[in-house]
Amino acid sequence: MLSVHEVTTAYQGLVAISSVSIEVAKGEIVCVAGANGAGKSTLLKSIAGAERPRSGTVTFDGNRIDGMAQHLITARGIAYVPENRRLFPRLSVHDNLRLGSYLYRSQADREAPLDLVFKLFPRLSERLEQRAETLSGGEQQMLAIGRALMTRPRLLMLDEPSQGIMPKLVDEIFQAVKRIRDAGMTVLIVEQRMAECLEIADRAYILQTGRVLMQGRAAEIAVNPDVRKAYLGL
Amino acid sequence: MTAETIIQSLASGLLMGLLYGLIAVGLALIFGLMDVVNFAHGEFLMIAMYITFFLFAFFALDPLLSMPLVAAALFVFGAVVYLLIVRFAVRAKANAGMVQIFSTFGLAIVMRGLAQYFFTPDYRSVNHSWLGGKTVSIGGIFLPQPQLFGALVAILAFVGLYFFINRTDFGRALEATREDAGAVALVGIDKNRVFALGWGLGAALVGLSGAIMATFFYIYPDVGASFALIAYITVALGGFGSVFGAFAGGIIVGLVEAATALMLPPALKSVGIYAVYLLVVFVRPRGLFGSM
Repeated sequence: MLSVHEVTTAYQGLVAISSVSIEVAKGEIVCVAGANGAGKSTLLKSIAGAERPRSGTVTFDGNRIDGMAQHLITARGIAYVPENRRLFPRLSVHDNLRLGSYLYRSQADREAPLDLVFKLFPRLSERLEQRAETLSGGEQQMLAIGRALMTRPRLLMLDEPSQGIMPKLVDEIFQAVKRIRDAGMTVLIVEQRMAECLEIADRAYILQTGRVLMQGRAAEIAVNPDVRKAYLGL
Repeated sequence: MTAETIIQSLASGLLMGLLYGLIAVGLALIFGLMDVVNFAHGEFLMIAMYITFFLFAFFALDPLLSMPLVAAALFVFGAVVYLLIVRFAVRAKANAGMVQIFSTFGLAIVMRGLAQYFFTPDYRSVNHSWLGGKTVSIGGIFLPQPQLFGALVAILAFVGLYFFINRTDFGRALEATREDAGAVALVGIDKNRVFALGWGLGAALVGLSGAIMATFFYIYPDVGASFALIAYITVALGGFGSVFGAFAGGIIVGLVEAATALMLPPALKSVGIYAVYLLVVFVRPRGLFGSM
């Protein structure tokens, strides 16, 4: 479904990821793990069109999308939830969700994903009229994922969904990711919390200083002695 | 000074104030949307007045009829100004603020120069329109018809704008872009398109006011300057970027101007506005309805 081939992205000459290749197949949950500064966020930005790769290709469903404008990539079916969520803070929860379905014309198309969003995150339905900025960190993350689901994506990309959230909600969000996949979507998730991420993922990549260090089935990576020592503190 | 004179001039002040609000709202809209002050705002008004004049002079179209055409022409003009000039100015890598100021300021000077060259500095007027020069008497108060009509258009425009912003998809996209222009691509919105339409909409509102102004004001290349100054004060008074602050700000400016004219010699009629503006800036620098 998604194929990232030898992508290199740099900020003002500073290479953040170098010749990274990853594959995501339809229906998978793929986890990209790694320490801070390993280039995880840059990888997602390069796919979403928020950053333009210096070289390499990104192919989605057989079409090249690298170099395309970000809003067109969203329209093609890739929803991206960035690290800082980027909600519209002074708009209501409802308006934030409604904006997610901006691309659709008919009322039915627009409201179809609402069911799933409220099933995953019932507390959003209780806070519809509240401004997004008044939500807790965890609720804001739920809203950001909800807004992304409203675009009816085929691929959902999450950047550190657990960041700045109390532990109880972290688990809720990871469980939601599994249910999103069960609803027919593909998920690419970037995380520093490797243990939780590997638990729900089918396959995983480990990035280190901008390069792919290791890849394989999540279950195998989770038991790899080097990984356990270096990343899981075991 | 009788009670009647006072009511009379405050009533005219209110009408003029509503028009000031209509002139200023495009400025507030664009500023709120992308933090860019359009220093060519007065020249947008000037162009709108000239278009009204030429439609009248060549096609005998009354300003009442040409108003939608003028608004449409200004819509296109505003969008083109964004796409050809402002879009590049906001991308400046260094000194972005200065680049924005001087790009629209430069545009203002170019527009004035071109108007002087092509339209000559002569004063023009739409000398016999349906409304021009006529008054209505309401309970002994005489109100000039062009201003009365202008006030009505202003009220309708603000009501329309309210529904447009709060009830339509594009209005919601506009609000979202105001909040975080960098985030709208996440839901598939092209921010450049929103910006271009925002400039178009802002300019179209100036177009409406230009068509009305042309019925009772002389038309010349520098006509925008004095109204632009009032528009900047209106917007700053109402709260920079607040569309409905511009409406309230316009009414305040109109009333204060009328009240000053009652008390001070005509040459000092603008003193009141600036005094109120200074007061607001000292007491509440974000303006009356500003939210930042």
